[in-house]
Amino acid sequence: MYAALWRILPGPLWVRILLVLILLAAVLYSLATWVFPWVNTIVDNQEVTVGSP
Amino acid sequence: MTEPAPSEVPAQRGRRAQRASAARARRRVSVVGVLGELLMTGGVLVLLFLAWQLWWNDAVMAASQSRAAESISQGWTADVAPDPDPAPVTEEGYGDPVVATAPGNADAFAVLYVPRFGADYQRTIAQGTGTDVLNSAALGIGHYPSTQMPGEVGNFAIASHRSANGGGMHLIHELQLGDAIYVQTADGYYTYRFRDFEYVPPSAVEAIAPVPHDPEATPVDRLITLTTCNPLLSTAERIIAYGVFESWQPTSAGAPAELAAMMPAG
Repeated sequence: MYAALWRILPGPLWVRILLVLILLAAVLYSLATWVFPWVNTIVDNQEVTVGSP
Repeated sequence: MTEPAPSEVPAQRGRRAQRASAARARRRVSVVGVLGELLMTGGVLVLLFLAWQLWWNDAVMAASQSRAAESISQGWTADVAPDPDPAPVTEEGYGDPVVATAPGNADAFAVLYVPRFGADYQRTIAQGTGTDVLNSAALGIGHYPSTQMPGEVGNFAIASHRSANGGGMHLIHELQLGDAIYVQTADGYYTYRFRDFEYVPPSAVEAIAPVPHDPEATPVDRLITLTTCNPLLSTAERIIAYGVFESWQPTSAGAPAELAAMMPAG
């Protein structure tokens, strides 16, 4: 899967490495901006109270 | 002489063919290979989420909750000119504390200061213990609506996260006997002193009764109760910190000395 991705990338080695880093940064940014905040609303982590509030 | 060695050409062809077939084999995407890569990606994503939740987002929310609390506090003090001739201070201080009426759900009504949690620690207390308060970037600490208000005879019980979402009670286990717990409202400053810890199951609603663990009793003391999860990073138990009311002073009298040193000027 990732090997196929690496082959699809054009250009010489340094261009490919640059593209991979850019893709990685884009993925991390979208995770932190959209995906993780959404997951945080689903994960039940607010059990800090006693009894049923 | 120029005659090629009969075995050489086929051998080269063989090697080339081997290399080509090896390349084809690498190119072939196997189901197991893709599955393995997906599973590893999933694992990395889970770890990334945990790191984001416990460190990155926690720090971002802690900073934003602290800023929000500071601005609320300044709103209360800015309106009140310091009284040059404050009410005569008796030996009992400023008399019985003012008790505000209970606010609406998710309404901010107090700011919590705990010097043991850090000199810059401040958090907004809002009504209710739902996610709209606890997971809010502006609030962070929830008041159990069924419990009393600051300064009231009984139990002023609040809850907050221990880790993630700003971690309002991250350092609760560091409290020591006699540590100050300040609550500021629009009316003034309520000083409580930390008394003791309790470790209870999540069902122990009696910990926030007006007289803890004796729901039928008539309260005479003014308590503050902090509840959060225990152990750290787990929700198996709750850690309870009790504080006892010490004194009250109106906004015009200024903050208690220790707190005044903590609060940013202006």
